[in-house]
Amino acid sequence: MSENTTIVENATCTFCGCVCDDMELTVDLDEKRITKARNACVLGRAWFLEHRHQERPAALIDGREVSVEEAIEEAAQTLVKARFPIIYGLSDTTCEAQRQAVALADFLDGNIDTTTSVCHGPSGIAFQGVGESTATLGEVKNRADLLIYWGGNPAEAHPRHFTRYAVTPKGMFVPNGKKDRTVVLVDVRATPSTPVADIFIKVRPGRDFEVLWALRALVRGKPVDPGIEEVTGVPLATLEDLVERMKNCNFGVLFFGMGLTMTRGRHFNSGALLSLATDLNEFTHFVAKPVRGHGNVTGADNVVSWQTGYPFGVNFNRGYPRFNPGEFTTVDVLARGEADAACIISSDPASNFPRAAIEHLKRIPVITFDPKPTVTSELAHVAFTTATYGINVTGTAYRMDDVPIMLRPAFESPYPSDEELLRAITDRVRELRNG
Amino acid sequence: MTDTLLLIPVRSNKQGTSLNVGKLEPEYQQVTSTVELDPQDMERLGLEAGNQIRLRARSGAEVVVTCQPRKAKDPSPGLMFIPYGPASSQLMEADTAATGMALSKHLEVQVEGPL
Repeated sequence: MSENTTIVENATCTFCGCVCDDMELTVDLDEKRITKARNACVLGRAWFLEHRHQERPAALIDGREVSVEEAIEEAAQTLVKARFPIIYGLSDTTCEAQRQAVALADFLDGNIDTTTSVCHGPSGIAFQGVGESTATLGEVKNRADLLIYWGGNPAEAHPRHFTRYAVTPKGMFVPNGKKDRTVVLVDVRATPSTPVADIFIKVRPGRDFEVLWALRALVRGKPVDPGIEEVTGVPLATLEDLVERMKNCNFGVLFFGMGLTMTRGRHFNSGALLSLATDLNEFTHFVAKPVRGHGNVTGADNVVSWQTGYPFGVNFNRGYPRFNPGEFTTVDVLARGEADAACIISSDPASNFPRAAIEHLKRIPVITFDPKPTVTSELAHVAFTTATYGINVTGTAYRMDDVPIMLRPAFESPYPSDEELLRAITDRVRELRNG
Repeated sequence: MTDTLLLIPVRSNKQGTSLNVGKLEPEYQQVTSTVELDPQDMERLGLEAGNQIRLRARSGAEVVVTCQPRKAKDPSPGLMFIPYGPASSQLMEADTAATGMALSKHLEVQVEGPL
């Protein structure tokens, strides 16, 4: 470590949806790396400390090093030639870059979708169907005396969710922190999160909907057959006890994860949970919040909604935005072989998508934006190396409770930002289409 | 020996930290290709920690992964857990039932091993 160091206070970690903005980073300015990240969790430390300067070309075309300008030209030409260009990813970049991506999709008459479609997309569908009783994490910290985590494992996916926002912090109306709260965890298995819970309810895989619907019935005073245990693995007495706790708390929260959205039932599961929260407001104050994964996936939902009216899976083919999950969501568009060019921003679908979608991605020209090499960048026609948001680039990220937070970068990157590249490609696309 | 079990891809700390090192690096590859089985299932299938096993989805897609016994107090017979990654994605079917979301946490797979 050199002696040329600086401290960045109140920096923001953008690894997960907690977007913790109390980081104190020690930065070695000569070596261009972060040597210490005070307040960071295990994931945040890896996010900051593993971010090192890499000797990679800023741009590649078919694996050949080119100038950024050449790559911008090739990317614009590729997208303009396509009949069904898609833009995908966007959960690990700034809102400012997301806004440029929507503009690009609009000028291309293309398709734009974010990683939300393979995360809480089903919850987004459920929000439209039944609504959302919501709150910020600040309200949760200061008021919540009953916390129910359903289908999630914060100890491993969002390590500071318990300690900074929900369980242990002392709040205005819960001055003793965890002692004033009851924590319930609902999952198909015990996890490292389970020891935090006062009550662990183990549900048989694929039976969340039945449990949620039974809870709704009990909240309304309807009888439930004791045979529910045979179906769901949860005794009726456990459900009755939970209902009493829910109806009698002062401020209850249902935090729900992908244990609901990625399993059979998908948006029906999320909708059942949101409906349960609504039902409980007949008795007390109850809210429901999805626990979001990537650092700015919530920003992606917000930006795409501002710009198009819809949160994800948006198509501009007819010159105006249309929303249709299953039709315009990326897994579907790729698996059906419809897209003929893809612009992937800070995401790795070649690792995370079903095989049929990946196979089509290999057949079409792909443009990638990523700070590090990924399976997707390895197969890209045009690959940009980009500066990392929150570490090299300022801008805005949305915490999982829809609170926008400014980013304080630690040091400059030799690579351009997603926003700069997207703006340049959009400008060139407009010239080509108008010319 | 072969049997059909339910595969549930999950998050883990090691998956989260190793992806920051790099998705093409050996650590991430190893973490995302290690599946945890209930010790009783492993015994029944004649598997030992570190054995290679083949997982085959109904679509015909298959991957070879390393198995380990699940270290937890609650038994989970019939279930397997693997950190999300390239291996679990290969086993997902592309049908999203008009939601955009492939069924990612409820994968019935045939287990064959030890290889």
